[in-house]
Amino acid sequence: MTDALPLLVVVPIVFALAPIAVDRVRENTGWLAAAAAAVAHLGLSFSVLGTVLGSGRTSYAVGGYAPPFGIELVADGVSAVLVVLVSAVTLATVVYARSVGPRSNTFYSELLVLTAGISGVVVTGDLFNLYVFLEITGLATYALVATGRSPAAALAGLKYLLVGTIGASLYLLGVGYLYISTGTLNMADLAGLLPAVGYDSPVLLTGFALLVVGLGVKTALFPLHTWQPDAYAESPTSVTAYISALVSTAAAYALFRVIYTVFTPTFDAAVPAALDVLVVLASVSVVVGSVLAVLQSDLKRMLAYSSVAQFGLVVAGFAVVNQTAAIGGLVHLVGHAVMKAGLFVAVGALATVAGGRTVDDLAGMADRAPVVSGAFAVLSFALVGVPPAVGFAGKWHIVLGAVEAGRWIVAGVAVVSTLLTLAYFARVLERLYFRDAPVAAGVADRPDAATASDTDAALTADGSGSGGAAGADNNPVDAVPTVPPQARVVVVVAAVAAVVLGVFATDLISVLEPVVEVSFQ
Amino acid sequence: MIDLLATHFNYLAVVALLAIGLYGVTASPNLVKKIIGLNVFQVGIFLFFVTSGFVDGAAPPLLGHGSAPYASPLPHVLILTAIVVGVSLTAVALALVVRIYDAYGTLDEDAIEEVRTYD
Repeated sequence: MTDALPLLVVVPIVFALAPIAVDRVRENTGWLAAAAAAVAHLGLSFSVLGTVLGSGRTSYAVGGYAPPFGIELVADGVSAVLVVLVSAVTLATVVYARSVGPRSNTFYSELLVLTAGISGVVVTGDLFNLYVFLEITGLATYALVATGRSPAAALAGLKYLLVGTIGASLYLLGVGYLYISTGTLNMADLAGLLPAVGYDSPVLLTGFALLVVGLGVKTALFPLHTWQPDAYAESPTSVTAYISALVSTAAAYALFRVIYTVFTPTFDAAVPAALDVLVVLASVSVVVGSVLAVLQSDLKRMLAYSSVAQFGLVVAGFAVVNQTAAIGGLVHLVGHAVMKAGLFVAVGALATVAGGRTVDDLAGMADRAPVVSGAFAVLSFALVGVPPAVGFAGKWHIVLGAVEAGRWIVAGVAVVSTLLTLAYFARVLERLYFRDAPVAAGVADRPDAATASDTDAALTADGSGSGGAAGADNNPVDAVPTVPPQARVVVVVAAVAAVVLGVFATDLISVLEPVVEVSFQ
Repeated sequence: MIDLLATHFNYLAVVALLAIGLYGVTASPNLVKKIIGLNVFQVGIFLFFVTSGFVDGAAPPLLGHGSAPYASPLPHVLILTAIVVGVSLTAVALALVVRIYDAYGTLDEDAIEEVRTYD
């Protein structure tokens, strides 16, 4: 069923209108609309994945205009996997937001617009259409970052908007360069026409540079990452989990398309210097991102800088232009999304219970929130790259590919980054498991600190089951912040998914491989 | 050189607009002026696309209005979409600026930074 492709974009947009339309009458339709859209989206994604697994690449001509003149939506192994990822993360976020909010109708509308934008980025086969979807993604993200009540959130949103728009505009300028040299915007068509123009023509090289820099801003590669830590740290946890999992991922995916589908590996053979520069940029991003993550005391900022490093690794995998490394980059792209979303939700949950989100606040938390702490530990080791988790599968292929291609710098950087990743997670895990909770402070804050040791009991006593926030409003004296059950479910599912994806990495690779293989022919 | 300027003055305008816009975004501490700079930057790109569709002495791409060569209408259509995107971005940006102004009472980036470190 190829009609599922446009519906992936249309369904969330239509559902996004519902909460706004009835906002005056009913205030709580937002969650219902988002949940319905997320479930429908998941069904459509699996239908697309089924089609792709059955018959390979499928495409849909928007408006009935045949490509290359019309806009083409394309699903192949890579986009099908990412579409399923988008649906799964959306569903998890909607479940999680049920307990911690934000609860406003507009939040859910923005979330669905963002889902539509990311789905569009993933399935489009047209460079200009990609720009439009990138900007839809951007617009929704800027608004979501500013959902936090604090003025700092608005400032972070505006900063992101200014930098992100410059990035997207540079991308658009790059599209213009490609368009004036070939007269087409269709990715597959461009791949055929670019060799005739000559890969070493200055116009194409400038266009390539503009595309890479534009998408580099959106992916948050060092030194273009400046918007990202503020945006991640200031937005509510549900938003951080969602955008950390998908927004930069969409941009990195677009970069994959530009390098492999539009410019193809023959471009690397003709002008090796172009991608050498990208390898260096990405490698610097890995090292600097990891070092900055080690230096952070705020957990959300630590995870944000960790994303800078991990996306550096993903892009380095793409830029090596070797089949194994490219597949490693894609696996790590998917794996990172699952792991980082889980980690942000875990940090959000632990911070609620601990009453703060610096590394030191987490001292002794493993006793008070054993399930979330355990899942956090699993996700941390997964991201470090301990087998059999998915982090290992991704990094292994990137390193293997880099060695095959003789790019020792990437292999070295991957090893260094693994050590640094271990350094910043070990710090947190040590606090979680091997330090005692600051008892004195806890007693001073709450007279009934004894119940704090048993979150489950407190949860039952709370009665509402909807987490600590509601309880805190009712009875500020007795309130013992607890982990919302939805958060626990989401974190555990993410941890299990990270391990299961790693165990079945070969199956994942067999879906992704044909796409990469085609571009190497 | 003079020939190039005379025939490709549109590129000159594009580069000038891009540079002015970028300068506005980075150099001005005023948040509204940053947004204006962003708009100027985008207009530079719009101009680049729109003028790229022009062919000297060409007919408009309509049946019954002259013969080939025709000017390309596609860049204009693309830019219509991009303008819509630009307007939406400006709207979101200004909404955020209103919130920031409500909270800090100033639009000056340096003053806001001072307030934030003081808190």
